[in-house]
Amino acid sequence: MPTDGRFERLAELDRPAVPIEIDGKPVTARQGDTLLVAILTHVGSLRVSEFGDGPRAGFCLMGACQDCWVWTPDGERLQACGTPVQAGMRIVTRGAPWPILG
Amino acid sequence: MADPRIVIVGAGPAGTRAAETLVAAGLRPIVVNEAAASGGQIYRRQPPGFTRSAETLYGTEASRATAVHATFDGLVGKIEYRPETLAWNVQDGALHILHGVQASRLPFDALIIATGATDRVMPLPGWTLPGVYSLGASQIALKAQGCAIGRRVAFMGTGPLLYLVASQYVKAGAAVVAVLDTSPLSARLRALPLMAARPDVLLKGVGVMLRLRRAGVPIHLGITPVAIEGDGEVALLRATAANGTALEIACDAVGIGYHLRSETQLADLAGCTLAFDAASHQWLPVLDQDGRASVAGIYLAGDGGRILGADGAETAGKLAAYAALADLGRTVPDADIEKLRSSQRRMDRFRRGLAIAFPWPAHLAAALPDETLVCRCEAITAGELRHVATALDAPEVNRAKAFSRVGMGRCQGRYCGLAGAEIVAAARGVGVEQVGRLRGQAPVRPLPIAARVDGA
Repeated sequence: MPTDGRFERLAELDRPAVPIEIDGKPVTARQGDTLLVAILTHVGSLRVSEFGDGPRAGFCLMGACQDCWVWTPDGERLQACGTPVQAGMRIVTRGAPWPILG
Repeated sequence: MADPRIVIVGAGPAGTRAAETLVAAGLRPIVVNEAAASGGQIYRRQPPGFTRSAETLYGTEASRATAVHATFDGLVGKIEYRPETLAWNVQDGALHILHGVQASRLPFDALIIATGATDRVMPLPGWTLPGVYSLGASQIALKAQGCAIGRRVAFMGTGPLLYLVASQYVKAGAAVVAVLDTSPLSARLRALPLMAARPDVLLKGVGVMLRLRRAGVPIHLGITPVAIEGDGEVALLRATAANGTALEIACDAVGIGYHLRSETQLADLAGCTLAFDAASHQWLPVLDQDGRASVAGIYLAGDGGRILGADGAETAGKLAAYAALADLGRTVPDADIEKLRSSQRRMDRFRRGLAIAFPWPAHLAAALPDETLVCRCEAITAGELRHVATALDAPEVNRAKAFSRVGMGRCQGRYCGLAGAEIVAAARGVGVEQVGRLRGQAPVRPLPIAARVDGA
């Protein structure tokens, strides 16, 4: 599994830093990043297919394919390609943390 | 009598021009837009705080893009704008929308659907690996986020976007290792008489190709895709060159796409008739020359009705708005409309030319290895789909979907539907028009479980 980022930043490099946490690890995103870009500039994938065929890293980036779902520790589902990054976001990329009801 | 209530879905070039036309006629349309900003995908705007110029973002189309943006911005206060709002169903004369977790319905007297298009995709072994993106995604990463999808990027497929995205990547300083096109040069030559309908666009296309050549990007025409390989991520793209030799391209990202497919779900849910369009191998809403669908009060404009590109979308937006106005008893400028229609006929000639120059490689679906994933939502293979089409005797794609779940996943068949239909047709030995099309289903996108209706 790749550990460095998948996407390469080519432009708009001097935007303010935005701290977030991916799977418990603090990383620095940039203001204006989508969650997808914030994650994929640090790690190689966004999620693991529920059907056993390996990791996924999104596909369409326009909200149509639904292959970029990530989660908050509370179990909220976020579409990574359409969600702007915010300081302090905590993201889970491995396994949906279903909220325990009751 | 109260003003008629006209709802426009989409704020790209078509939706923007439709809204402008209605405002000029003294109406206050409601514009529902999935994104926060207007522009659609083609003229997508970068987030606040980004500083690249329009020329950097949109190249030769910079002035058109800024004009569309300026028009939309000038409509603020004259339209009811509903950004970040999903249109997910049409039923009983109302559009069903969702903003955040708040669901509601918007009754309309006329509905102009300008929902655009998504990439048309042909699966191949390995296309679900991290590092494989649609061509549209590759472009969005660069345009809206200033990023390349990888450090050594290959592009494969066919159509104008293939070359446009590759050249935009080169211009931005990305390493483009190859461009692989399934269409042969001979197809392009055959299409010239129709594509000559828009010589300016043809010339721009030639310019894009020349820039890629000059940058030293290897371009292979008439290739056959084989597979994308790698251990948990893209490492190698395999294809067969037109002369039969094996192409092995080391890369860490691949952008794929075979021109575009219209987003027709809302028209379908509204009950509009769709018909098989042989030129594009797609089922498209039946429209008159102004964009009227078969259901009274429903209009389509832009790539969601016919893939005419951004310029055609602007014209289609105006025509659809005039059609709605005329049907509501308003006076419309007949001479202007006739000019717009004439322009659209030229655009449509070009569209048919593009379909010949960059044909959908339907034959590749029939040749896909059984183990290839067709449905990326639920990891269902070509072999499983063939099994339901033959052993279980599913005669058309909706039955095949019920048996196999191909098309039932969270993308609602957007990325598997067209290839899936080709696989079913080939397995049954019939033409693809014989196996039908996936019926639109509401909601057209997944809704959050927290969605609620207030005051219902």
